[in-house]
Parts: sequence; structure tokens; C-alpha cells
Amino acid sequence: MKQTLAQKLIARSTGAAAIVGEVVTANVDLAMIHDSGGPRRVEPLLQEWGVGLWDTSKVVLISDHFVPGDTEEGARILTLTRQWAREKSVTFHDGEGICHVVLPEKGHLTPGMFVVGGDSHSPTGGAFGCYMFGVGATEMAGVLATGEIWVKVPGTILIEWTGRLNPGVVAKDMMLQVCGEIGMDGGQYQAIEYAGEAVRALSMQERMTMSNMAAELGGQVGLIAPDETTAAFLANAGAPEADWSDLHTDEGADLLAHHKFNASTLPPQVAAPHSPANAMPATEASSDVDVAYIGACTGAKYEDLAAAAAILKGQKIAPGVSIAVAPSSAQDQQRATNEGIMKIFEDAGARILPNACGICAGYGTDRLGADVTCISSTARNFKGRMGDPTSQVWLASPYTVAASAIAGRITDPREFL
Amino acid sequence: MPRIFLFGDNIDTDQMAPGQHMKGGIEALAAHCLEGVRSEFSSTVKRGDIVVGGKNFGVGSSREQAAEALKHLGVSCVIATSFAGIFYRNALNLGLPAMVASTLDGIEDGAEASIDQRAGTLITNGRTIALEPIPENIAPMLAAGGLVPFLKQRFQGAA
Ligand code: SF4
Repeated sequence: MKQTLAQKLIARSTGAAAIVGEVVTANVDLAMIHDSGGPRRVEPLLQEWGVGLWDTSKVVLISDHFVPGDTEEGARILTLTRQWAREKSVTFHDGEGICHVVLPEKGHLTPGMFVVGGDSHSPTGGAFGCYMFGVGATEMAGVLATGEIWVKVPGTILIEWTGRLNPGVVAKDMMLQVCGEIGMDGGQYQAIEYAGEAVRALSMQERMTMSNMAAELGGQVGLIAPDETTAAFLANAGAPEADWSDLHTDEGADLLAHHKFNASTLPPQVAAPHSPANAMPATEASSDVDVAYIGACTGAKYEDLAAAAAILKGQKIAPGVSIAVAPSSAQDQQRATNEGIMKIFEDAGARILPNACGICAGYGTDRLGADVTCISSTARNFKGRMGDPTSQVWLASPYTVAASAIAGRITDPREFL
Repeated sequence: MPRIFLFGDNIDTDQMAPGQHMKGGIEALAAHCLEGVRSEFSSTVKRGDIVVGGKNFGVGSSREQAAEALKHLGVSCVIATSFAGIFYRNALNLGLPAMVASTLDGIEDGAEASIDQRAGTLITNGRTIALEPIPENIAPMLAAGGLVPFLKQRFQGAA
């Protein structure tokens, strides 16, 4: 039988063939939780059930949503999170960056794993050939207690990108276009798989951006078949070796849908407030900007920082515009520092925020004020998410965010390349 | 005998758990459940009744309260020709059976009906309509009333 990648991954976790539409019980290889949906929410349920963790070696806890704990509530939640990590002796990355970026960076993922995350952008793990999806706190507590979760074997929606991206156009632009075309429920909670020449050519951090935004399409997972690029990244991260030779969708496997896009003709995209599906070419958008934000798991990884810096180098930010940068992880920030990238941000007058969710989550003191227009490298621009309900957020690539900061209005970054 | 409440396609989570009543807790949500499509729903539905929808039932947000509101009103089962994925997950985890029917032919609003979850049948107006049976591996969770009570039984029974 010809199988999709999603079917193969689920079959690995159950030990039996995965038939689309069947409900199966999967054995979880790894559970990832963070300070917001993690200890404070799951511990009361574990106590109600009177159990501990099913396997402390398979739980990774990461603090990111309330870091740096600059509100009373945030500080309290971080204290509770740290206490829990000590009590349970789980692997804990505290203040090292945003969960979806830290997890692979620290070598926790290998192709073929079945991973459950306590966060909606958990499909990011699909970039590494893992069946990874997000659940709420109640289900996560169930996973932590049993190491099992039920899943309905999904059909696969194949998103194929032919051609090659042009300079100044990146994975974020690809995803905004897909959001615009198929909409925020186009994923139907099925498996999304990205394929094609343009996807193969992407680096791992760029692939992570694709998988990350499967959440914006409403897919359960956002898979990319592992290849040499995946293996090289993971070897560098210190992940154990894995056999990924069979981890791809077989030629001729049944698909639910097959969408084709062309990377060669794709211009930089932006999405107007208040939905990622409001995508359009940057040249068609007309709006002034007050704040430029380079942040989030989606848009502040090392390569995102490098892209923004390439535009900002030697340029001045428009008067009245402020720029903030929250590098996705400490490791990526260190590399950017070593390469002079952070210096470019400082020279441009950027505020450098902690390696955390920052304005994207809107949980700390850094939030957008009333009537502020922000252009942001994050994944979501829902009303009020990043601050005041009257704030307006445009989504864009790090290139486009940087170019718009210089021009003071939404601008196609290719003008500055 | 349970009765059928028949709805159309694309019944969304906002219809079941209206945004403006989210702050009022489950009582308030249940009182306004589906009022946009059928104003008398919450006042006429009785314990054990069955909600039937067309395709894409539960589309919209991931809010669990959509399924919770139906359960709170005593709905014993939701049947549809297809479900939105997250609603389906939430419903089963909350102990509300969600079952897929290949056709709604012969299902009439207000008619009496009975369901056999294990066998996967709905009997109404003297007809038997096939449903996809509740998967064996999650039937115990549904029988226990959802994930939380199920795990409580499992761990405290074993203790
Ligand atoms: S950076 Fe934003 S999208 Fe990413 S995990 Fe944090 S809150 Fe979610």
C-alpha cells in the first residue's frame, strides 16, 4: 500500500498500519511543555489523578511565554515553573529561547518521532520529519500521565512549491501566500505536507517557518520529508542519528488535496490586520508603520535576524518609527552577535528584548499601545493579540519588516537589496 | 425516547458557545447555545436528545466550551456527515460522543430516535441508519465521561 508521510509516522508510533480516518492510540516519544500551558495547568490534574509523569526523560519544559517575568503574575508563574522542574527532574531550558526553536536546537528531535506539544505552533517539529502537534492543557496532562494520546489518522494536503525563490523572498512570504490562497481553515485539521523544489532548497530554519505556520492553515501537522539538510542540522545540534530513508510520501499515495505554487514568481507578501489570510504583495499594501517587530518562533531565528540586518545595514530608521528585536533563542543571538548582526540592530536604534515570546504573546509589559500600527515577523495578527485592541498588525518577512522600518511605511524589501 | 434536533452544514463553535457569553461560564453559554440558528434550542432540548448536523460540524475556534455546552444541556450524541477536527477531538475528550453518518436521509427533525454506539446504528422512524461506530480504543474514555474522569478511574482503580 502506498502511504503518506503522516501515515508512516503514525504507524511508527502505534506499531500497526495507519488507515486514514481510523482512530488509533499513539505512543508519545516526547512531550514539550512551556511555562504558560505547562506546570501551572497540568499539575492540578496530575494531582487529581494521583500520578506523576509517565517518563521524566521524555518531557522537556521550556520557559518562554512569561520570560522575563516583568509582571507580578509572570514572575509568580516562572517561580512555580522552576520549582516544578526541580521536583520532577525534567529537562528544563530556562530563558534560553522560544520552545519551538529551542527544542530542535538542543537536539531533542529526530525524524520519525511522535511528539506532542502544549502550544499551538507545535507543528514546527514537522520540519524535522516528526509527527508533532499541539494540544491543550487537559490533553497534555493526559499525555504526561500515560505517554499515550489518541489521534485520528489524517488525510494529507500536499502543498507543492516548484521553482526557486528570488533574493529577498523567503519562507514567510511563501506561507503568507498559502494562507491567502487556501485560508485559515484550509488545513481542515488534516496533515499538511510541504514539498517541491523550492522547499527542498530551504534551510532548516526556513523549513521551520513553513511548518510553524501550518497552525495558521488549521492543519494538525505541517510535515516536510527529512533529507540531507535535516540530517546535517540535527547532527550539528547533537541529536541522535535516525534512519529517515523511508520517511516520505510514496509516489501515488492517496491525497486529500494537492495545491501547487510557484516560488519563482512570488513577490514579498504582507498580511493586513487581523488575519494571516489577508495576504497581498507588499507593493499593493499602503500603510504607515509605527513599530517594526522582529520576533517570535516564526520570525527571529538566526537567519531571520541575518535577513533583517542585511537590509538595515548602513541605513537609518524613519523618524517616529521604533524597532524591537527579540531573538528566538540565546544560541541564535550569540551567533548573530559574533557575526556583527546584533551590532547592526543596535546601530539602527533597536530595542533588544529577551529571548522569549515577548510582544507576540502579549503577556508582559511590552505590548502595542492604542492605535499603533506594527509590521511584524510573527505568525498571527489577530485583533488585540499583541496589545491594545485598536493596534493594527501587519505580518511580513524579516526583510520586509526591516525595509518598512527604514521607509516608515510598508515597503517591498527588494528596493534595498 | 430521545428526540432529534436537526441542523444544517457548517454549524460553528461560535453558534454553540457564543463569544459574547464566554465570560459567563458554562451555564450562560449553554443557555445561549445555538440560539442564533434556533432560538428555542436550549429551552426545549432534553437529557438524552441527539443533535444532528450536516458537514463540517464544529468548524471555527478550538474552544472546548462548544462541545461542553451541548454536553451541559444533556445532549447524548452529536451526529454529522463530517466534523471539524478540533471539535471532534474536544467532544470525545469531554465525553460527548461524536459519530459520522454517511447520509442524513431519513433523519427528521423532532423525530424519536435511539442510538447503538457500539454497533454504529441510529434507529428512527422505523429506519436503521448506519453510523461509524465509536472507535474501540476510545469507547472506555467516552463511557467514563471523558478524559479526566477516565484517567481518574484508571489510576485510582489501579491504586
Ligand atoms: S513566539 Fe508567539 S507564536 Fe511562538 S510560541 Fe511564543 S507566543 Fe506562540
